[in-house]
Amino acid sequence: MSHTTAIGIVPTGPKPKKLISVERVIVYSVLLLCAVFFLFPLYIMVITSLKDIEAIRSGNIFIPTMTPTFSAWGKAWNSACTGLYCEGIKVGFWNSVRITFPSTIVSIAIASITGYSLANWPFKFSEAFFTVLLVSSFIPYVVMLYPLVLITRWLGIYSTLPAVVLVHTIFGLPILTLLFRNYFASLPQELFKAARVDGAGYWRIFFQVFVPMSAPIFTVAVILQITGIWNDFLFGVIYAGPTNYPMTVQLNNIVNSVQGGKEYNVDMAATILTGIVPLAIYFFSGKYFVRGIAAGAVKG
Amino acid sequence: MDRPNPLFRNLSSKIASLPMMLIVLGVFVGGTAWTVLFSFTNIRILPLFTPREWINGYVGLANYDRLFKTDRWMDCPGLTKIGTEAWQWKCAGALPNVVTYAVLSIILSISIGFLLAVFMDQKIRMEGVFRTIYLYPFALSFIVTGHVWAWILSPEYGLQAAVRQLGWTSFSFGWIADRQMVMYAIVIAGIWQGSGFVMALMLAGLRGIDEEIWKAAKIDGISTWRTYLQIVLPMMKPVMVTTFVIVASGAVRIYDLVVAITDGGPGISSDVPTRYIYQNFSANLGQSLAASTCMLVAMAFILIPWIRMEFGKKG
Repeated sequence: MSHTTAIGIVPTGPKPKKLISVERVIVYSVLLLCAVFFLFPLYIMVITSLKDIEAIRSGNIFIPTMTPTFSAWGKAWNSACTGLYCEGIKVGFWNSVRITFPSTIVSIAIASITGYSLANWPFKFSEAFFTVLLVSSFIPYVVMLYPLVLITRWLGIYSTLPAVVLVHTIFGLPILTLLFRNYFASLPQELFKAARVDGAGYWRIFFQVFVPMSAPIFTVAVILQITGIWNDFLFGVIYAGPTNYPMTVQLNNIVNSVQGGKEYNVDMAATILTGIVPLAIYFFSGKYFVRGIAAGAVKG
Repeated sequence: MDRPNPLFRNLSSKIASLPMMLIVLGVFVGGTAWTVLFSFTNIRILPLFTPREWINGYVGLANYDRLFKTDRWMDCPGLTKIGTEAWQWKCAGALPNVVTYAVLSIILSISIGFLLAVFMDQKIRMEGVFRTIYLYPFALSFIVTGHVWAWILSPEYGLQAAVRQLGWTSFSFGWIADRQMVMYAIVIAGIWQGSGFVMALMLAGLRGIDEEIWKAAKIDGISTWRTYLQIVLPMMKPVMVTTFVIVASGAVRIYDLVVAITDGGPGISSDVPTRYIYQNFSANLGQSLAASTCMLVAMAFILIPWIRMEFGKKG
């Protein structure tokens, strides 16, 4: 390649950059400013939870205390009052665990198998069924709240743990099935055909060919379900019943309970504790998280 | 040999899909149909089911009529005269509140998200760190988000008190206790929670644009910012439509955030439809069902641009 023009020799290679340009300064200042805005509530949560109640009454919300204490955290976990009893948010934590695990497992099991059927074993009306699923995933859940109260009452499980598990499972199904169906349909069909030629049946192909190569989509589905169910409030309030209230509902009750004066440090400690599980999933799962929430964002 | 009965072809597949079909038909189709149909009856506390009950209880649009005459749902006299000279714009209730929230959060989170994505797209250092910071609020529940912001915005101890303590004693920022401003306070929390996610969607869209476009714009001497606004932005239409549907459908369903920040207060000035529907299950089931049906219709309208984009390509 020649680098000569009518004028003469032109220098090659990229133009030397100035160390700091005005544009760069603007870009970084805007990004940093926004980062401060996004981090601000987290900062406030943490420093408030480390203060004692005196420091909150007399101090400034922005300024951390010189004598941090974890006593508010202990109280939030063990003995904060929800209005009914004073056993802390740990009750809600364990309830949330008991709600999240079965709902996640059952919904993913049903959805992955149905998605596999729709993608690889089409039957009459399976296209129509798929369309109904697509439409269902957009129906706002508020439309089905009362019918589900009736259904769970009819089943005799209203206001119990199985009811809230059932409701979470049901509302997770359409979007998860679409997710699995699209993923299985994108896998090379030769694999499926080869397995069939070798004499493998419906279940064998699913468990021995498809499941082993579908780790990414199962990861996305697990993240979507765990964060979605852990963060839910409305279904917990309606279907779980007071003894099974999940962590979000307990947190709300602790913050709103008025017995013995407001303890903002305990409230903030309880708030952090409720947010820790989805935050931990977020920090450890990286790019799968964005895919998971993007899939779940249209749900209901 | 007999020809196999077509009913039994792929039998395992059919059996395995059965639970899902029952749920979809029973809950999604059946439940929605029930809500819509019985919103036209004089249903009270005891639920009705049969066609005969439906015919006997049919009252046409009476529930909708009462719903829109209820101040808690919608109280919109518009511009009203207060006193001799003063006029005041008044439009309150759960429905106007959700419209305010939806319009503001759609405009704000899409513009903030797009701008953030453009800034993130400038080949910056530590992109991963910035992305993590912008996106983490989206992992938190609305209840957590709501209680943090309720604390920050609380007039007694929050931002207002802190700034006054620093010496600016006339500083006033008591939005969550102000009937006129409370919805805007909720919008702030909603933006904080969701705009990082919009940024992630937009950034993915920006990265999907062909490098050749940039080269061509550079050769033509078009400035970077004009390229973004006049060339890249129109090319991002599919991403914009998807984002709009996600943000708008989320805004229409808003519930937990309001419960955590104000629980509908002060008074009922920050009530929203989902809260109204839930609270009227026992006393006013007919109105609840009518309000639910309104939300279903709202959702259908939100989906129109997306449906046109997905299925309108051929025609």
